[in-house]
Amino acid sequence: MSYYEEDDLPRFSEMGKHRPDLFEKFMAWYGACQEDGALSRREKALIGLAVAHALQCPYCIDAYSQSCLESGSNMEQMTEAIHMASALRGGASLIHGLQAHHSVDKVSM
Amino acid sequence: MTTVNLPVIDSRLQVAPRAHLDFNEKLAAHGTELRRAAGVETLQVNVGKLCNQACQHCHVDASPTRTEIMTGEVIEQVVAALRRLRIPTLDITGGAPELNPSFRHLVTEARALGTHVLVRHNLTVMFEPGQEDLPEFFRAHAVEVVCSLPYFLEQQTDAQRGRGVFDKSIEALRRLNRVGYGIVGSDLVLNLVYNPVGAFLPPAQSSIESDFKRELLARYGVTFNRLYTITNMPIKRFLDYLRRTNNEERYMRKLVEAFNPHAVEGVMCRTLVSVDWTGRLYDCDFNQMIELGVAPELPQTIDQFDPAPFAARRIMTGAHCFGCTAGAGSSCGGAVIRG
Repeated sequence: MSYYEEDDLPRFSEMGKHRPDLFEKFMAWYGACQEDGALSRREKALIGLAVAHALQCPYCIDAYSQSCLESGSNMEQMTEAIHMASALRGGASLIHGLQAHHSVDKVSM
Repeated sequence: MTTVNLPVIDSRLQVAPRAHLDFNEKLAAHGTELRRAAGVETLQVNVGKLCNQACQHCHVDASPTRTEIMTGEVIEQVVAALRRLRIPTLDITGGAPELNPSFRHLVTEARALGTHVLVRHNLTVMFEPGQEDLPEFFRAHAVEVVCSLPYFLEQQTDAQRGRGVFDKSIEALRRLNRVGYGIVGSDLVLNLVYNPVGAFLPPAQSSIESDFKRELLARYGVTFNRLYTITNMPIKRFLDYLRRTNNEERYMRKLVEAFNPHAVEGVMCRTLVSVDWTGRLYDCDFNQMIELGVAPELPQTIDQFDPAPFAARRIMTGAHCFGCTAGAGSSCGGAVIRG
């Protein structure tokens, strides 16, 4: 068994087995987030794809890659979204370099 | 989100098997059924499987090597049916229908009868020998032109339709624009068809239409009227692709999960009769390709065709029908539910 199984994605609803009330609440919220609103479904799918990469969740990457295609995005747009997520991850690491600077400064002459 | 148990697929079949994917069962579960409307609004005639292209998603399996072509004799039977029955619309498809030697005769005769004629045109056939004047021919007969263009970028279009197809398609669209098709203030209608370039569902028609309009104008100076989104049907060459890429089960699950009972009312088979190159009748072009004829109690060929017994009759279905009822639905005229 691998830790990540592709076939597990359509079995997501099994997470409702032990606490269906909590799962239903989650699904209602999750579903409502996907709808067209101030942001379009397409924009939301691109945000989902970016977040999926930031979280490095293979299920989410698979699901949101499909959502992006099915909401009309192309690979150029999807790749830009992935770069946004990656750039933020990189930037978030790099800004912590200042903490290293502070730490070093604190004990340095 | 629910789990759908899918069967093991027999690779010899040309269509996904009905077990566990029973379309009529699904309809019944939603308290509905699929029957014909009172009248027939469109006669869709497939004049042959010969095509200058061999697209990856083609449900006809059309290609330059196909030899099935409607003869002049059957074309005359189609014209006679139009004359006799006064069906409002003739929808001509193929293959590349223009490659049938009797194509122009069929268009001319149908227009002389006052029939609205729609041609499913692949754009690149315009560059085949003897076809260079197609834009002028279409204009002279006020034909509605419906063109395949799966995306406004070269990579996606060529991946589906073959190398070099995108550039030729853009040039063909420019020629159609030049003779007055798809431009503001003109009555000459130029519609485009979007098919997903792969095993996924089409986006919302209105949303992708605005993208096409913006991008085709900005990048290539091309304009058109409407964009129709059509779902790829899991039969013939697209089914082969699904199997080759191990996508069949996932795609079928996607179609079944996206079943939309509200799309059933608007599917084309309710008001359309499809004719194959030999003159046989079907409920739609997809049924035609898997040789699933109209209900056996109905007239079977175009020379015997009479719309009266078709009224409210059952429509022959298969697992591929989930393709027309997924999401916003899909028909030869695009999404069934406009949004």
